[in-house]
Amino acid sequence: MLEIKDISVKLGNFSLSHISLEIESGDYLTVLGLSGAGKTVLLEIIAGLVRPSKGEIILNGINITKMSIQKRPVGLVYQDMALFPHMNVFKNIAYPLKSFDIAKKEINRRVEMLAEQTRIKHLLNRHPATLSGGEAQRVALARTLASEPIVLLLDEPLASLDIKLRQELRELLKEINNTGKTIIHVTHDHMEAATLSKKIAIIEDGKLLQWGKPDDVFRKPVSEFVARFSGIKNIFHCTFLNSTNNTDLIPAKTPAGNTINLIEHPGKEKAYVMIPGEDIILSQNQLTTSATNQYSGQIKERYSLNHGVELIIDTGELFSVIISRKSAENLAFTPGKKVWISFKASAVKIL
Amino acid sequence: MLNDWRTRSIIIFFSGLIILFIVAPLLGILLKTSTEEYTRTLQDTEVANSIRITLLSSLMATLLFGVLSVPLAWLLARKNFPLKGLINGIIDLPVVIPHSAAGIALLGIISRGSFIGQVGEHAGINFVGGVPGIVVAMAFVSIPFAINAARDGFAAVPEKLEKAALNLGASPLRVFFSISLPLAKRSVVSGLVMMWARGLSEFGAVIIIAYHPMVTPILIWERFASFGLSWARPVAAIFIIICLAIFIVMRVITRKDYHVRN
Repeated sequence: MLEIKDISVKLGNFSLSHISLEIESGDYLTVLGLSGAGKTVLLEIIAGLVRPSKGEIILNGINITKMSIQKRPVGLVYQDMALFPHMNVFKNIAYPLKSFDIAKKEINRRVEMLAEQTRIKHLLNRHPATLSGGEAQRVALARTLASEPIVLLLDEPLASLDIKLRQELRELLKEINNTGKTIIHVTHDHMEAATLSKKIAIIEDGKLLQWGKPDDVFRKPVSEFVARFSGIKNIFHCTFLNSTNNTDLIPAKTPAGNTINLIEHPGKEKAYVMIPGEDIILSQNQLTTSATNQYSGQIKERYSLNHGVELIIDTGELFSVIISRKSAENLAFTPGKKVWISFKASAVKIL
Repeated sequence: MLNDWRTRSIIIFFSGLIILFIVAPLLGILLKTSTEEYTRTLQDTEVANSIRITLLSSLMATLLFGVLSVPLAWLLARKNFPLKGLINGIIDLPVVIPHSAAGIALLGIISRGSFIGQVGEHAGINFVGGVPGIVVAMAFVSIPFAINAARDGFAAVPEKLEKAALNLGASPLRVFFSISLPLAKRSVVSGLVMMWARGLSEFGAVIIIAYHPMVTPILIWERFASFGLSWARPVAAIFIIICLAIFIVMRVITRKDYHVRN
C-alpha cells in the first residue's frame, strides 16, 4: 500500500499543498488535472526527484520520503519517454538490470520476456530515434518494468498517441495492472481516466479536490471544477427561491431565468447544480410524466460521439443531451428542430 | 533582403575578404616554401625534436589537466552553488590575460624556490627549463577550451535522461559514465582536441618557463630572429600542416553521430 500523507512543496510560484492519498496494492489510480495543476510534480515527489517540504510517503509500511531516487522501488515513465538515445532498445531495457548483480544470460532472458509482454520483440536492435510514438512508449514501459517497481508511475502515457495506438496501449496498461502492479497514471483526459482507473484523484492548482472510485467522482462531484473536468455538462449557477407551494420541491432559478425544481436545498442562496446528460429525456412534444422539470427549446448543435449523438438544446440555457444514434435518426432530431426536454427533480444534484 | 542582388554581392564580397584574410597568409607560407626546403627541414633533427616535444607536451597537458577538468565541467553544467559565476569567470582568465604574464605568474609557483618547485625537485621533476614546466604552461593557457566545451556539452544533455537513469536504479557514478559522458562525448572530445591544438601553438607562457627544450613556436621565433625568414618559414609551414591535420581530425571525430535529444 502507498500512503501519501499531507505532502506539500513550493516550486517557484507553484505550490502543491496538503496532498493525502492512499493507494492499495494492485490499484489503478488516475490523477486528473489541467496542465500545470501539479500532477507531474506529485509523480516526481513519489519518485524522489522532488523533495517535499512537508509530509510523508509510506510504501508498504516503509517511510521512503527521504530515500534516494535509485533505491526507491517506484518506476517513472516520462511523458516524452526519456529513452537513452545512444543505446538500442535492448540496452535501454537492460539498463536497470545491470544495476543488479545479474548474469548476462539472465539479463537476456528478462529483456526477451519484457519485450514479449510489451510486444516489441522485433524492435530490440533499433535505436530510439527510429521508433514511432507508440513503439517508444512500449519500450519506456518495458524498461521501467525491468526495474521491477512496486508502483508504476505514468506521466501522460497516451498523450502523444493516435486513437488506435491509445487503444492498444490502454489494453497493455490494463494487462500490466491485472498482473497486480500498482499504477498511478497522470492525465488531463477524463475519458482515459474513466476507462482505466479503479480510483480517480482530481487536482487543481496544487490542491487535491476529490478522490475515490470513478463512479463516486463522476456521479457526485464535489465542485463545479470537478464536474466540468469530469466531462459533466449542464452545470448552472442557480439562485434558490423560497418554496411557495406546499410540495417537497425546491425551486431554483438559472441565470437565464429557467426554474429548475430540486428535492434538496443547498442551505445557501446560490449554488451550482448539475443534471447528467443521460438523465434528460428528449421528446418531440411535451410529455405527461412524473418529471417536474420540462422545457421547450430548439436543437442548436449536433455532435457525433463514439457511443451516440450529443445534442445541444437551447431553452434559454444550453442543455447537453446524449441519445443513441438510432433515436436521433428515428425522431429526426436535427439542428433547428423544436423539442422538449424533461428530467426529474431527483436527477438534479447540488455541487 | 538576400534577394536584392546588390546586397547579396556586398555580403559575398566582404565574406570573401574575411575568408581570404585567414587563408591567404597560410597558403602563402605553404606555397612559398620549396620542396627542397621541406625536405631539408624534415631531416633537421632539431626541428623533429621540437615538434615531438611540442606534440607530446601538449598531449600530456591535455590528458593530465583536460581529463581531470571533465568532472568540474559537469558540476558547472548541472549544479547551482554559491560563487558559480565567479568560478566560470576564473576559468576564462587564462584566455584574457597576456600569456607572457601567465608565464611569469606560473613561474612564481613552480620555480625552484617555491613549494611546488621544491616538492617537484624532491621527486626528480624540474619544472623550469624542462618538459614538466612546458606541460604546465600549455595546460594553463589551454584548459578553458576543454572546460567550456565539456560544460556546454553536459548542459545540452537533457537532465531528464539522468533522472530517468537514477529512477531505474543506477548510482550517480554509473549515470555519469553511462548517460552524461557518452551523450556529451562529442563536446568533451572536441574540447580536449581544441585544448591540445591550443597547447601546440603556445609561445608566451612557455618561453618564460622553458626556453629549452625548445617547442616549435619558440624554434620558429629563434630561427626568425637569428637567421631570418627563409629559415623560419619551412618550420612554420610544417607546423601549420600538422595543426591543420589536427583540425581536420577534430572535425571528423566531432561529426554528429546520433541525436542527443530524442
